[in-house]
Amino acid sequence: MADRSERAARLRQAAVRVADAVWEIPPAAKPGMRVPARIHATPEIFAALDDGVFEQITNVALLPGIVGAAICMPDGHWGYGFPIGGVAAMHPESGVISPGGIGFDINCGMRLVRTSLAHAEVRERLRELVDALYARVPAGVGAGGLLRLDDDDFRAVSVGGARWCVERGFGWPEDLERTEEGGAIRGADPDKVSARALARGRDQVGTLGSGNHYLEIQVVKPENVVDPAAAAALGLDIPDQVVVMFHCGSRGFGHQIASDYVQQFAPLMKRKFGIDLPDRDLACAPFRSEEGQAYFAAMKCGINMSYANRQVILHRVREVFADVFRRDPHDLGMHMVYDVAHNTAKLEEHVVDGRRRTLLVHRKGATRAFGPGMQDVPAAYRSLGQPVIIGGSMETGSYLLLGVPSGSEAFFTTAHGSGRQMSRREAKRRFEGRSLQHKLEQRGIYVRAVSFGGLAEEAGGAYKDIDAVVEATRRAGTSRPVARLVPIGNIKG
Amino acid sequence: MPYRFVDAAPTADVGFVAEGPDPGTCFAAACAATLATMLDNPESLRPSVERPLHVEAESLDLLLLRLLEELVFYKDAEHLFLAVDAVRVVGDDGAWQATAMGRGEAVDRSRHRLAADVKAVTLHGLEVEPTATGWRASVVLDI
Repeated sequence: MADRSERAARLRQAAVRVADAVWEIPPAAKPGMRVPARIHATPEIFAALDDGVFEQITNVALLPGIVGAAICMPDGHWGYGFPIGGVAAMHPESGVISPGGIGFDINCGMRLVRTSLAHAEVRERLRELVDALYARVPAGVGAGGLLRLDDDDFRAVSVGGARWCVERGFGWPEDLERTEEGGAIRGADPDKVSARALARGRDQVGTLGSGNHYLEIQVVKPENVVDPAAAAALGLDIPDQVVVMFHCGSRGFGHQIASDYVQQFAPLMKRKFGIDLPDRDLACAPFRSEEGQAYFAAMKCGINMSYANRQVILHRVREVFADVFRRDPHDLGMHMVYDVAHNTAKLEEHVVDGRRRTLLVHRKGATRAFGPGMQDVPAAYRSLGQPVIIGGSMETGSYLLLGVPSGSEAFFTTAHGSGRQMSRREAKRRFEGRSLQHKLEQRGIYVRAVSFGGLAEEAGGAYKDIDAVVEATRRAGTSRPVARLVPIGNIKG
Repeated sequence: MPYRFVDAAPTADVGFVAEGPDPGTCFAAACAATLATMLDNPESLRPSVERPLHVEAESLDLLLLRLLEELVFYKDAEHLFLAVDAVRVVGDDGAWQATAMGRGEAVDRSRHRLAADVKAVTLHGLEVEPTATGWRASVVLDI
């Protein structure tokens, strides 16, 4: 432990502030670094970063085929292999693919949905609304999903993603336009997924999960709108507008895919591929190898299952709102704003050293944030940039942002959340679930949770300051805030 | 208590240390810790169903990982919580086997106080090592 702290201290000292909110650790700081490591952080955030960030992001810089820099976002913290908030772009021909650079929860992501309701219309029915969502959106350990699928259906979901769901009446066609990859990334192959992973995920489509996953009802207060024109273009155009945000991923399915391939790659790295890395959590394979391509195809199944998961949950959310307010969801204006993914690896085109190149971009606990004019941004938003959703704690709220042109410096990537700064054990020592629930209710935030221990673990104090993280992304030039979203209701697993 | 929770290096997750006089007892303690991560009151679990568990690995740490993964698998695939009272570990370097019987029941929210949903058993800091008094396992679970 002392060795790790000493190494981290040396790396921390080696970092040079190269821009307002960008620090660079040069390759000379650690033997084998192929590129610099860059950390996006204000001085205050930088000073508070845990040791693991420094060790892990410089380890990422060791990966074969890495291009530009290994980058860590301001909400970064210790992860497995990559830090949470870690970004690495690889040359597809000479580079590797690493499950640690995507995370166990493949395509953990956020979805934001607007309504035409104002807070005043919801306030009196808030408890009823949250209670209904709690009863009807499965959450918590061991929860079964909203769909009963057989093996063939689930394999089809892993290929068709949200598109499969919409084709069967779980949502609106426009939902796909507002989802990265149109709700289904091409190239998914369920034959590359283990029977065990398929068995874990089949009954989980339409489940929220637990831990830091949640469904939240929020209000867009006028004083929290930073860019009114952009907010209106994104559908946030009513004072004190009520919106719904939820955070979840690929559940046991993605987790098993990641576990399977980490365990497959770890013994092969040195023996077959001649790759020697200091951390077996960085297990990887050459992207173009049979093993690398198999994982890529399996990972895409995880991505698609997660899109399907969020699509089915959205359908259920619309149903609940319709039942509570006795109005059709179309009449309630429940259009998606956007859906973003946090944990993926995607082939994308980026300009590096003046040349347009196809790169495999790993984002682990980091959000794609394409700038204005980029082709993959939905047509309705293209002039603005890609919407970005950065989730805070249930006490502090979240942000809607937009990608910006200067994001090219970080492969158009920005933060994904506020980042944990306190262990779960420490949070349970300091906070008590039931009293936290009561205090939140006194503050006007009504929370239902499957686990009060889990609720305590997710207390606001366990997380970094979301305002500071968003300010850091703005100063680092990776995204710009449009509006802050304040929670009034929340359900947790 | 044959196990204790420790602060996991990745702050978002759960770590524990499990001990026992022999690998099998150590592994059973690790199973208990994993169950306790998911279920606040594991004593409420009724042994209504059984699932035989058998895993193999080239090293003891991977053997333990695969055994604990069985508990995570059944939690998701069949919505079962399983308790493991005893684990038989046999083998030698390069070829280990662990066998146990998981006993438990389906998730019942009226009796079970649900805790964290374990996503994966990680390789992070995974160790199974002999000590002066027996064996110790260190595990981090991804939540």
